[in-house]
This record gives sequence, C-alpha cells and structure tokens, in this order.
Amino acid sequence: MAGPGPDRPPGDATYRDLVRPLLLPSWLVIGILMVLPVALMAVYSFLTKEFRGGVIWDFTLAAYDQFFLDRGLFGDDPPRIEWTYISIFWRSIWQAGLATLLCLLIGFPTAWFIATRPARTRGLWLFLITIPYWVNLLIRTVSLRFLLRDQGPLNGALQWLGLLDSPLSIINTNLAVQIGLFYSYLPFMVLPIYAAVERYNFALSEAAADLYANRWATLREVVLPVVKPGIVAGCILVFIPSLGAFLAPDLLGGAKTFMIGSLIDEQFRGSQGNWPFGAAAAMILMSLVLIVLLIYARSQGRAPR
Amino acid sequence: MKRLLALTTLLATPAFAEGELKVYHWFEYIPDDLVQKFEAETGIKVTIDTYDSNEAMLASLKAGKLGQYDVAVPADFMVGIMAADGMLDSFTPEEMPNLGNIEPKWMDVPFDPGRKHSIPYQWGSTSFSVNRDVYQGDISSLATIFDPPPELSGKINVLDSQNEVLILGSLYLGIPQCTQDREQLKALNDMLLNAKKHWASFGSDIAKDVLVSGDAAAGMIYNGFSAKARAEGANVEYVYPKEGHVVWMDNVVLLKDAPNRENALKFMNFLLEPENAAAVTNYAAYTSGVMGVEPFLDDAIKNSPENNPPPGITPGVFAQACDQETQKLYDAIWTNLKK
Repeated sequence: MAGPGPDRPPGDATYRDLVRPLLLPSWLVIGILMVLPVALMAVYSFLTKEFRGGVIWDFTLAAYDQFFLDRGLFGDDPPRIEWTYISIFWRSIWQAGLATLLCLLIGFPTAWFIATRPARTRGLWLFLITIPYWVNLLIRTVSLRFLLRDQGPLNGALQWLGLLDSPLSIINTNLAVQIGLFYSYLPFMVLPIYAAVERYNFALSEAAADLYANRWATLREVVLPVVKPGIVAGCILVFIPSLGAFLAPDLLGGAKTFMIGSLIDEQFRGSQGNWPFGAAAAMILMSLVLIVLLIYARSQGRAPR
Repeated sequence: MKRLLALTTLLATPAFAEGELKVYHWFEYIPDDLVQKFEAETGIKVTIDTYDSNEAMLASLKAGKLGQYDVAVPADFMVGIMAADGMLDSFTPEEMPNLGNIEPKWMDVPFDPGRKHSIPYQWGSTSFSVNRDVYQGDISSLATIFDPPPELSGKINVLDSQNEVLILGSLYLGIPQCTQDREQLKALNDMLLNAKKHWASFGSDIAKDVLVSGDAAAGMIYNGFSAKARAEGANVEYVYPKEGHVVWMDNVVLLKDAPNRENALKFMNFLLEPENAAAVTNYAAYTSGVMGVEPFLDDAIKNSPENNPPPGITPGVFAQACDQETQKLYDAIWTNLKK
C-alpha cells in the first residue's frame, strides 16, 4: 500500500550506514523463504510429469496446456477451451469474495463496537476475538464438521426447536465451505478495521453533524474515507487466504468440489500427483493475486491526496 | 498392564541404545499396545507417520522421503511397482528367523516371489457397506454405490483412492483391468461421472467415521474397517457384491536406504510372531497371513461376517499394475472424476 511520501532520513551519517545491515535479515528472509521457492515453482511448472509422481527435467508447456485446453479423455481430440479449471478458479474467487463481504458486514460493526468501548475494556474484547486462534485451524475446521453434520448439534437444536422436520444438509456443500471460510478469517477483518477506527477522531463526526450531515452521510462521507485503509487491509487479509484455502473444501466440502487450494494440494499430496500441473496452477493463482494488488496499488498511487 | 508397558518404555527412554525405527504406515492400522511392546522388548524408539492411499505413499517416497523411513506397508500391486522402481531393499532368510511362520500360500506371491523384500501384514477386501437402518432393500450389486436407490443417493462416501474406485467401477461394468479399449474406458468414465452425482464425499480415513456418525448411509470401505464401524455401533452390512470385489494384501517392506536396517528387520520379524500378528488382526479386524494366530484371536474377529464371506460369492480380484501408457488413461479418468 502506498503510504505517505518517504520520510526524509535524518542527516545523521551513522544512521544511514546502519540501514543496509539492519535490512539484511529482511532481505534474507524474503530471498530465501519467498523468492527462491517461487522461482523453484516457476521452473517446476515447465517440467514434465514423471510416471507416478515426481518430475523429469524436460521443459514443456504441458502443464499450462492442460490448464487451458481440453484435448478429450485420451488427449488426441482437437483442443477446445478447458472450462474445468477456469470454473474452479471462478468458484474460488466467488467463494472468497463472498466470505470477504460477509466478514466485512459482520467485522466492521464488531470492530466499531470494540473501538468505541472505554479504553480499559478494549483489551478484553480484542482478547476475546483472538481466543479461537489459540486452537489450530485444522482442529477448528474438524470441529465445524461435527457441528454442521446432519446428526450434529446445529441440526439437533433446530429440530428440537421445531424449526425443521428433517435435518438441513449443510455438510459437504458449498455452504459448509463458505461457513468455514467466514469463520476462519473473520478476525483478520476485525483487527485491521479496529486499528483504523481506534485512531478515528470522533470530533469529525460531531463536526459533520454540526454541518447537518445525517448519520448515513456522516458514515459515507467522513468515517469511511478515514478508515478505508483498515477496510482494504482487512479485505485483502481475508480474500487472499480464502482464495487458497484447502482445509475447508477438503473437510467441509467433502473433497468433492475443488477450490484452487485443494486442486493444488491434490497435485502434490493426492494419489494423482502431478507436480508440474500443481506448480502451474499455483503460478496462475499467484499472477491473479498480483494483478489485483497491482491494480489496487496503482489506483492508490493516482488518488489525489 | 498398559500403564506398566508405558512405564517400561519411559524407563527405557534415556538409554535408547538400540536407536530408532521410522515406520511409514496406513492410518489406524497398528495398535499402540503392540508398538509399546516392541519398544519395551527391544529398546528401539518407534516413530510412525501415516498415509491414506498407496499412491500417496509412493508419491511421498519419490518426493524425497526415501531414505528417511525404514519400513512401509504397501499393498500387493504396489510392492511390485516399488520393487521394479528399485525402492526396496532385500533380506536373506537368515536375517528373518520367523519367515517360516508365513502361510505357504502367501510365501511365493507374484509381487514378491520367495519373499525377498516383504512380509505379509494383513489381507482383506474392499467393497462397500450399507447402513441397514436407512436402506433395507437389495444390496447384492455394486449398483448400490454406482447407481444407488433414492434412499442412498447423496449419502454415499467413496474411498479417495484411485485404484479401488476404478477397479470396483470396472467390475461393475464387467470390463477388465488395465484395458486399452477406448469404448470400455469411455464407458467407465461416463459411469463414474454419473455416479458422482449421488456421492456425498471422497475420503479414505473418514470412511468408518462417516458410517458411524450417520453422515453417510453407505460407503466404499475395507472389510475390517466396516467391522470396526459395526463394533462402534453402526448397523452396517458389508457386501461381497455379485460382480466381484477387490482383494488385497498389505505387506511390510524393507525400504531402500533404510537408516535403521537392523531395527527394521527386528520389527518385521516381531510382526511375524503369531501373537503379535494376532494383535494386529484383533485391532484392525482383517486377516493375517501368519500361521498359528488362531489361539490369540478374539472370537468376534474370528467369526465376523466381514471376514467370513458366505459360500458361493464371486471371488475377489487383486489389483494389477498397468504399464505406463495404460496407466495414463486411468489417471486421466480419475482426474476427470475429481476435478
């Protein structure tokens, strides 16, 4: 995100000498833990799949071909556009987008609520938000499976209350996946918005009211522009991990309909094992995410300050 | 007794002069008591990682895990594949004193003639089970899962294992394994795509739990796993379908470049003791390939309907390892089914 213009470094020469050595660890972490693996994956996406897993060092476009072109079951029909993987991507983007929207709808009021509590109780509210994070995501997802199943507590309660005659089939559907995504990433929305709202100067709202702005206009014209960076950060933090999620589709969706994350996971872990294809799908996913972020950064850069 | 064993293990811990043993095993397939007994007897510390399909195990070993594990437990056809790929070490009869305990019919098997790389672990079958509280109709055919009655549609779990799904599908259609006939493969592909509409989920390690919890009313499953589901309270009936079923034998193999080869041999020899082989059978509810286990078996396991098919059933088939060109076609069908 484009922040305010670069700060003038203090004229102190010793400070400037320190910058490089102090940045070195970050460069190493980014270089070794990010650039190198991504480069490796880029290379693998152009290799040939070995029979029963692994790769052969023959460069080919086969993985990308498989992603975009449908050559029939036996691979010798005239090529047509392969919609399967595009629709998996579309479904993932749709699911991740919906999860982001739901998180925003619930997360914004929650963050607002916390930020407007007296300072001494805010810590407690934030603490409550983070409690689920003390438990591993895998375990929380498995627990959701138990809650949502046909004979689970949710259906049991609804039937006991007389709201349902027969259990609602939630487990192994896209709805279950959506619930899993929303639940998993909600705090990622609350926390950055909270940070933004907490810094919001409420005198601005009063000033708006003095100028005859109604509540809706105040929210739209005054509050939202000020807390927008928090909202954008929250949306990015929810959307991107949701896009790559594989636990929710695997455990809550019944491993039946893929999302991008589970599609890639299957290529490396599953019985099929096609590393170049998994690497190619990951590269395509990453390119998409980068494009979205670049467009956002561009629009921020152009925005008048 | 359990506590005592655990205590012995604890006491033995500081020494561990005998080193370690790294086992790559199926999920839920070896009783903890037995592992602790081995540790107590030998002072070897055992670590176990698990997998949920033969293909996943092979892929993981190929991905660089070979050399990190001492033993793995592949099924019959996979022993052949691994041996052909040079992934297995061999042992001499002198190194395996209990080799003579193996039942003669399991000694000279096609996938490992004369048992140079492997010993029998358990054998059993794969077909499907149905919850009889949900559906009381005829379940003698594989159609029960591939073209299910309305009562079962949408309530079926299928093993997340390419080999078993495709072979059972082929049996249902009456086409041979490893065929290159396009019409037959196309038919298999279409049948599976159609059947998928009736399936709730793919999963191997969950196959028992979904039957017990009621999430699934029918499911592709291994006979012993179904017996365990029944023991845990689900009213499930395991079927030996009229079209046939899959028979398999899981084998403990000595992996190439095993870091603790001596300990691996001790472990394999330990598993060939009738009492220990019986302990696995009592836990996993399959059948061991070791002679002299009967006195140690629980009656419930010995007499289970899952292990004692009625006379006159269609015999089961072993999985065949297809050649590369043919396998590609089956891989394509599986990808097509899962995408």
